[in-house]
Amino acid sequence: MNASTGTVEKVQRPPVPPRGWPRKRILGWTLVGLWIALGLGLVAYLISAWNPALFAKYAPSYISGLGVTLSLVAISIVLGAIVSLPICYARMSKNRILGAISYGYVYFFRGTPLLAQTFLIYYGFGSFRPQLESVGLWSFFREAWYCAIFAFTLNTAAYQAEILRGAIESVGKGQWEAASALGLSKLQTLYKIVLPQALIVALRPYGNEIILMIKGSAIVAIITVYDLMGETRRAFSRTFDFQTYLWAALVYLSLVETLRHAIDWIERLITRHLHR
Amino acid sequence: MQSLWSLLSFGPEGWGDDLAYGVFVTVSLALATLPVGLLIGFLVALAKQSREPSMRLAGNIYTTIFRGLPELLTLFLVFYGAQIGIQQVISIISPETKVEINSFIAGMIALGVVFSSYVSEVFLSAFRAIPRGQYEGGYSVGLSPRQTMRLVILPQLIRIALPGLSNLWLILLKDTALVSAIGLTDILRQASIASRVTKQAFLFFGVACLIYLVLAIISSFGIKAIERRVGKREAAR
Repeated sequence: MNASTGTVEKVQRPPVPPRGWPRKRILGWTLVGLWIALGLGLVAYLISAWNPALFAKYAPSYISGLGVTLSLVAISIVLGAIVSLPICYARMSKNRILGAISYGYVYFFRGTPLLAQTFLIYYGFGSFRPQLESVGLWSFFREAWYCAIFAFTLNTAAYQAEILRGAIESVGKGQWEAASALGLSKLQTLYKIVLPQALIVALRPYGNEIILMIKGSAIVAIITVYDLMGETRRAFSRTFDFQTYLWAALVYLSLVETLRHAIDWIERLITRHLHR
Repeated sequence: MQSLWSLLSFGPEGWGDDLAYGVFVTVSLALATLPVGLLIGFLVALAKQSREPSMRLAGNIYTTIFRGLPELLTLFLVFYGAQIGIQQVISIISPETKVEINSFIAGMIALGVVFSSYVSEVFLSAFRAIPRGQYEGGYSVGLSPRQTMRLVILPQLIRIALPGLSNLWLILLKDTALVSAIGLTDILRQASIASRVTKQAFLFFGVACLIYLVLAIISSFGIKAIERRVGKREAAR
């Protein structure tokens, strides 16, 4: 394709950027300057409000809160991935009833707020305390931590089932047909042919789902789980020092940004054979 | 014990009217955020697809920050941050006055910045789907850049961005549930109050979830109608 360009005499180049200071450039640098000023203001505020006693008291709880956030997200993502497999299977099956049930499940969990689902499980299941006690599940639903994991797992399973379904359906039908022509079984086709192609498509949505879960996990603070947000709220309610929220913002921001870049890097790594 | 239906009825006995008020607050918050978020998101997208690097940088910083922060944290930052900030400014003038930030406004700002940063990404990818020739065609028939944007690009842009935007609207509707944490009496807050008073938590939170589902279903009907109209205009061309 590029071989013929050598003979073309005039190559169209993009226009050179305008010189001097057009209105757009002034506006652009003003906005950048505003961001820099905001950033410097934040740094100046954090330095001026620096309080070693506060830091010594709350830094360990922030770190443990971060641990709680990360383990909550990790556990629910993994459990959700497991739960999502049968849902995805049911969603793609030709069986009408299975399809309807899984569609209803996915529609419910994607159509209602995660906070409402968490409340429904944590507070709502308390209405069934005698029944839960009789089957020995009450000690599970009494703990906010388990309820949070339960709610998050069900929620992310719905999203992950849809991601997986979309990825599998993005692989052309011809791949299945070619594999069955070669005598591969359905399961072999799925493992050896379809999934390797589908997971490349699914990587970015999966990464986005993890990021959404990290951000969404902040709501467990409302049901008294002391994750990063919960520790922040506790620190703020005791000190009324606004820098507690700013520190949490910095931690969350760097967490999400690190993850985003890691996903970009992995995507570049596994799609190397697709670039020329 | 009261029957469950009477708990949901309207009037002094039931909680139906309280829940209805919660629906009103939720819907009006989402509807109030929508135009603001769309406008800011469009402007940020314009900045991000500009040829001027400084504009791109400024736009990208905006999206990075507000897409990276948890929505709940953004809400608290706006709610408490604005309260403390305005308090300090006012205390210079009159030290006695106490400032209370309206939680509706705080919710609108917080949801608006988050929503607009996602909107800007949708618009940006829509901008990239429109070939350069459309701009050049506009200029070559003598339209000014502004006219080209309004008459040539924008109609196509909206058509391309519509599926992404409708998705974001559903997300916005769900995110409004967070404002119950700063004391706004939305659906979820009313359900919490009702469940605390009546001890029927499962009933009320279940009803709250169903209300959100119904809102989502109504919205998807509305979105389908809009898509049909926009699609019809395309066919008529």
